[in-house]
Amino acid sequence: MDLLRFITAGSVDDGKSTLIGRLLFDTKNILADQMEAIERASKSRNDGEIDLALLTDGLRSEREQGITIDVAYKYFQTPNRKFISIDAPGHIQYTRNMVTGASNADLAIILVDARHGVAEQTRRHSLIASMLGIPHVVVAINKMDLVGNSEDAFLEIAQTYKDLANKLNIKDLTIIPVSALNGDNIVERSKNMPWYTGETLLSVLENVNVLEDKNTADGRFSVQYVIRPQTDELHDYRGYAGRLQSGSLKKGEAIKVLPSGTESKIARIEFGGQEIEEATVFESVTILLEDDIDISRGDMIVSVDNSPVVSQDLEALICWMDDKKTLKPGDKYLLQHGTARTKCSVRSIEYQIDINTYEKLDEVEKLKLNDVARIVLRTAQPVAYDAYQQNRANGAAILIDETSNVTVGACMIE
Amino acid sequence: MSNEVSMSISVKEASDLSDQGNIDRRKPDYLDQLEAEAIYIMREVAGQFERPALLFSGGKDSITLVRLAQKAFAPGKIPFPLVHIDTGHNFVEATDYRDMLAEKTGSKLIVRYVEDTIKAKNLKEPTGKNASRNWLQTFTLLDTIEEFGFDACIGGARRDEEKARAKERIFSFRDEFGQWDPKRQRPELWNLFNGRIHKGENVRVFPISNWTELDVWAYLQREGITLPSIYFAHERECILRDGRLLYNTPVIEKDPEDQIVTRQVRFRTVGDMTCTAAVESSAATLEEVIAEITISRISERGETRIDDQQTEAAMEDRKKGGYF
Repeated sequence: MDLLRFITAGSVDDGKSTLIGRLLFDTKNILADQMEAIERASKSRNDGEIDLALLTDGLRSEREQGITIDVAYKYFQTPNRKFISIDAPGHIQYTRNMVTGASNADLAIILVDARHGVAEQTRRHSLIASMLGIPHVVVAINKMDLVGNSEDAFLEIAQTYKDLANKLNIKDLTIIPVSALNGDNIVERSKNMPWYTGETLLSVLENVNVLEDKNTADGRFSVQYVIRPQTDELHDYRGYAGRLQSGSLKKGEAIKVLPSGTESKIARIEFGGQEIEEATVFESVTILLEDDIDISRGDMIVSVDNSPVVSQDLEALICWMDDKKTLKPGDKYLLQHGTARTKCSVRSIEYQIDINTYEKLDEVEKLKLNDVARIVLRTAQPVAYDAYQQNRANGAAILIDETSNVTVGACMIE
Repeated sequence: MSNEVSMSISVKEASDLSDQGNIDRRKPDYLDQLEAEAIYIMREVAGQFERPALLFSGGKDSITLVRLAQKAFAPGKIPFPLVHIDTGHNFVEATDYRDMLAEKTGSKLIVRYVEDTIKAKNLKEPTGKNASRNWLQTFTLLDTIEEFGFDACIGGARRDEEKARAKERIFSFRDEFGQWDPKRQRPELWNLFNGRIHKGENVRVFPISNWTELDVWAYLQREGITLPSIYFAHERECILRDGRLLYNTPVIEKDPEDQIVTRQVRFRTVGDMTCTAAVESSAATLEEVIAEITISRISERGETRIDDQQTEAAMEDRKKGGYF
């Protein structure tokens, strides 16, 4: 059984938390005491109806305001798959939280209120899903019961969405009419919409192929830590601990260490102290090389004949996340890419993207919280990167403010 | 792939799966995925911090952490000490196991006692029914962090345990008073963990954030790990209070309505004796425990943790105060 991480995006009134609650409820993943707690809490609020949204809103202020502020994770499973549901807030002021949640997602569910159709926030959420390279997007047109379960209403919204999606980089799109409140087309097929012959939401979640989304071509291994036991029997042992960011590496394979460019061969690969022949994408292993070369945390081991770009100049899409300071040309930050950190300075802001209209805005002087823009960076040390849309793991980077130590920017290298 | 919308995209893929008898052998196992992620996080801690520590309780989650740390740094030893904040109300089976495991893995073990903090700081211990030193652990924990200058503390909390934990980062920043501020959490993107802190601040790290209770049990079974005996069915004299079974130990203040009963029980979580309830069970092996949990309709903390039942935000409030 494998694991699917999906993010649900929608705004306050789209019924997002209800949708997650419905998925958990209909797949029998809500336990008796959790249900009782929800019933208790529902009663103490106004209407007394069982509010499935209370399952995901975990913080006091969220319950008070009835909205999701931070990213919440929920775990459930069916006989076919395990799921990590990432529930992100949909309001524009929490764009950074959605970007955060989207960064690790294999699939995005974008909720559209059938009464309002494709709205400003639908465009925003779709752009974020596309920009963060989420391979699968499911548009759930919710509250179909409130538009009389009308096929025409559904088709019209679906067509509008397709036109929108054509402007974006969405690899795989599914559109489903649902009612989270009534459970229509979530787990069970709807009796109220016999005209819909496609899959239910759960069916898509269970069957979507995430294996082919992984980058299995480019062997990239970021060194996290050097294991040197220095005991009598392991006197000369020097193992590089890290994770395959993409691709695979084999015993005996010729490799190159970046950024230095030094070449060697893989003498041995270990997992948990046991020798293995090959390590593939996302495995955490230890690599030993034939030659004694200087390698430390932040270096990258790559296949000798498949190299990333190694450069001090890079361009990236950035989502700015600091609510205190702005980003301006000339500002200096720490760039964390893989396990490497290097100082960098912002050369220029090429253009900003209006995340609601997708318009490019020129001559932007500074970026504020939640702004998305294309920027040019110059780093102090060379960075070994791939383009984000080809390799999410090795094309991603964060900016850290050196004085506050806070993560202030999410970069997708282009 | 084209941009064309299809209303039922997965039809093709679904039949592809059925061609293979619904078993896709290329699919990685979720336990392997969770393990690889946790090992990666352990190594980030070792790589990013000067003085990390692993908070060890003798419970199954921290036993899982020790296993992951062993695998992360093999053939070397675990490059940080195991730290236990002992309330003095721990199960002896858990503390014996702790000592044994530290010796077996060659790890340095640091134990600090809540009792000592109570004396040194002249703290007032909660008394009465359901009184627990659980909250007082925070004082000892913060003192211990200061004493050794720990900049990162690895813990076994999971997001599926509790609603506030579901919102917490894997690298959870704490200020110099150990406080968690849910509104000022650092964005945590991809697998890029930012462990930069100022002196005096620290980071709590939760490598098994994304594991469920069942994942932990399945992992312990797969790895063939022996657990403290209290996790399996045994006869025990218990206090029956408000429908829960507590171990009949002198450290629990009796209430006139308590009944003393002997039952066959096991513990689903292992914490302080004063706030950890047992469940009636005949499950004597890991397989049987997993079978029981799989069909259980009550969550782990709901069934066994008295400290979370006080208010809707009990855990959130404790974490804001510096708790694990």
